[in-house]
Amino acid sequence: MTKTVFIGALAVAGLTAGVASAATLDDVVARGSLKCGSNEGLAGFAAPDANGVWEGFDVALCRAIAAAVLGDGQSVEFVPLTSQTRFTALAAGEVDVLVRNSTWTFTRDTDLALDFPGINYYDGQGFMVPRALGVTSASELDGATVCIQTGTTTELNLADYFRANGISYEPVPVATNAEGQQQYLAGACDVYTTDVSGLAATRATFEAPGDHVILPEVVSKEPLGPAVRHGDNNWGDIVRWTLHALIAAEEYGVTMENVAELAAAPTDNPEVNRLLGTEGELGAMIGLDNDWAVRAISVAGNYGEIFEANIGESTSVGLARGLNAQWTEGGLMYGGPFR
Amino acid sequence: MADISDQPRQNFRIGMLLYDARYRSLTIQVIAAILIMLFLVRLVDNTVTNLAAVGKDIRFNFLWSTAGYDINQQLIPFTSQDTHARAALVGILNTLLVAFLGCILATVIGVFAGVLRLSKNWLVARVMTVYVECMRNTPLLIWILIVFAVMTEATPQPAQFREGGTASMILWDSVAISNRGVFMPRPIWGDGAGIVMAILGLSIIGIFVLRYVARKRQEDTGQQLPVLPLSLALLILPVTLAFFALGRPIDLDYPVLGGFNFQGGLQVRNSFIALWLALSLYTSAFIAEIVRSGILAVSKGQTEAAFALGMQPNRTMQLIILPQALRVIVPPLISQFLNLTKNSSLALAVGYMDARSTLGGITVNQTGRELEGILLLGIFYLITSLIISSAMNFYNSGVKLKER
Repeated sequence: MTKTVFIGALAVAGLTAGVASAATLDDVVARGSLKCGSNEGLAGFAAPDANGVWEGFDVALCRAIAAAVLGDGQSVEFVPLTSQTRFTALAAGEVDVLVRNSTWTFTRDTDLALDFPGINYYDGQGFMVPRALGVTSASELDGATVCIQTGTTTELNLADYFRANGISYEPVPVATNAEGQQQYLAGACDVYTTDVSGLAATRATFEAPGDHVILPEVVSKEPLGPAVRHGDNNWGDIVRWTLHALIAAEEYGVTMENVAELAAAPTDNPEVNRLLGTEGELGAMIGLDNDWAVRAISVAGNYGEIFEANIGESTSVGLARGLNAQWTEGGLMYGGPFR
Repeated sequence: MADISDQPRQNFRIGMLLYDARYRSLTIQVIAAILIMLFLVRLVDNTVTNLAAVGKDIRFNFLWSTAGYDINQQLIPFTSQDTHARAALVGILNTLLVAFLGCILATVIGVFAGVLRLSKNWLVARVMTVYVECMRNTPLLIWILIVFAVMTEATPQPAQFREGGTASMILWDSVAISNRGVFMPRPIWGDGAGIVMAILGLSIIGIFVLRYVARKRQEDTGQQLPVLPLSLALLILPVTLAFFALGRPIDLDYPVLGGFNFQGGLQVRNSFIALWLALSLYTSAFIAEIVRSGILAVSKGQTEAAFALGMQPNRTMQLIILPQALRVIVPPLISQFLNLTKNSSLALAVGYMDARSTLGGITVNQTGRELEGILLLGIFYLITSLIISSAMNFYNSGVKLKER
């Protein structure tokens, strides 16, 4: 009987794994749309607007990839995934690329057979508490009840941080950000913890954001970025260099406004020329045409424009560039050389 | 043996496999078996090939690596430095706890609802009909979420129990119902507590002996003993005497509000309450119908005969109807218990850390070992179900009609 179950489980795994194919680019082109694994709803990063159109910081990267590959930033099929299901969905071929606030870690890169082609947001884990609690530091959280999304790196960091500081806590596991928000607002937990960007995005949707503070401690490194399946290096290259094109475009001053103008004729900056395809044959090297980066930038602008429009200081999420500023401005965003 | 047969031996021809009735069924079975084997081989081969294609293998050594996450409800001690295997065990125990308590509560509610639905009292019967139909015609997940929402949204936060707050503890300041769970006193076992508990155990055994003696006496002489008062006295008196004689060895640790939350006492978490109540209420509706069918299956003549002998309705139900109804009730009851146990895997919806949430949830997710984790989870549910059904089958063989 046990054997039957074993074989049944193997069968399920076998059938789902059968979907994944080696050449993701061919699949995407044949399908005519990009399947992008996204957050099931995190304001500023990935959430459908009032008309059901997905928008956000992570969504913009998906659209840029779709524009580079297919020529249309709208031909993306967004697949909302929970933190628990995301990597399985990617590994099983249900999505082509996962852009879902996912932390690049050693285990995920190696044992989970994924690849993280780049980092689109340098983050760290923080804590949010109601202002009325009067807590000013995470070290005062002894005995607190903490809401935590399961299946995340934050779950492990949380255990490590409280253990290292010798303070106790009671974890309340939640499956999604929405559920965590509801529990936190109902007072079923004192603290909500996730990446600081996620806390800011969640707080932005509260009725009274001012009643909640994000504690100063950042207890982990969370390099967030897109993930693809290990083994399809060409597809990984496309995702990596689309991201780098957006970052480099900001550095070179290529914006949504002037990209068409700059791409019309070679400029006197050879790096911009190679990026925009007016010089060299870079596009062909990743299996695309020479205008791929122009299309990627045209959708929502360069990295800085995407940041400002979705999560920047002028938005309700209100995140400062911080580590995510260009390297020329003291940040860590460093677009690779296009040559 | 064939040698002593003096029948002329017919030569075997290959066509006989198909045209000879002696061989035909065997031929068909062999072919079917080969086809099934080929199908299974194909499935396994497909799995292995595809796993290899995405660079994954099947290994179980992740079970011995550090889990790294914490679990709130632990029946055995667990820290984030323990292994995934121990985390799985914590989850398995949580599953067994909610399944065991769920089966008990579902049976109690189910039997009451089933009997009351047959009541001659119009109102009671209709109320039970509404209860049963509402419960069994809506998805279980909705009930879990409803109970959980009520527990978290409609109950006060621990902070509101402070001086001047809007909430207060009930039962002489011993129990607090908050949106983080129900906090209640926890017994502390002092010196001599073991003796008190041993006396309690002996009293319970004594009650069974008493019942046996009373029945024997009734069968022999026709005289009845007052079993209920005697049982109660046997249950309460010796323990109380021992408790005070030994200087109150069992103390209660009351929950006290301190810091962020109640400290001390016993915390019954909302996730557990929601799952337990919802599973019990949902399954009890099915059990009620099974009980009702069992009772209706007992011929009306039995009731009439009992009344003719002058038995009261209560005793008729207890002594005549239910024992006979049990024969019909127990087999389908087994599958309800199995359903309840397996349905407890919906625990994830309210963050109850059962086997599905630990082994099949966080562990699978943190290690990326989906196939292995789900496989182990499947094996666990399979073994649990088989144990439950063999235990119930054993009970069933006790109550079924003895054919001599």
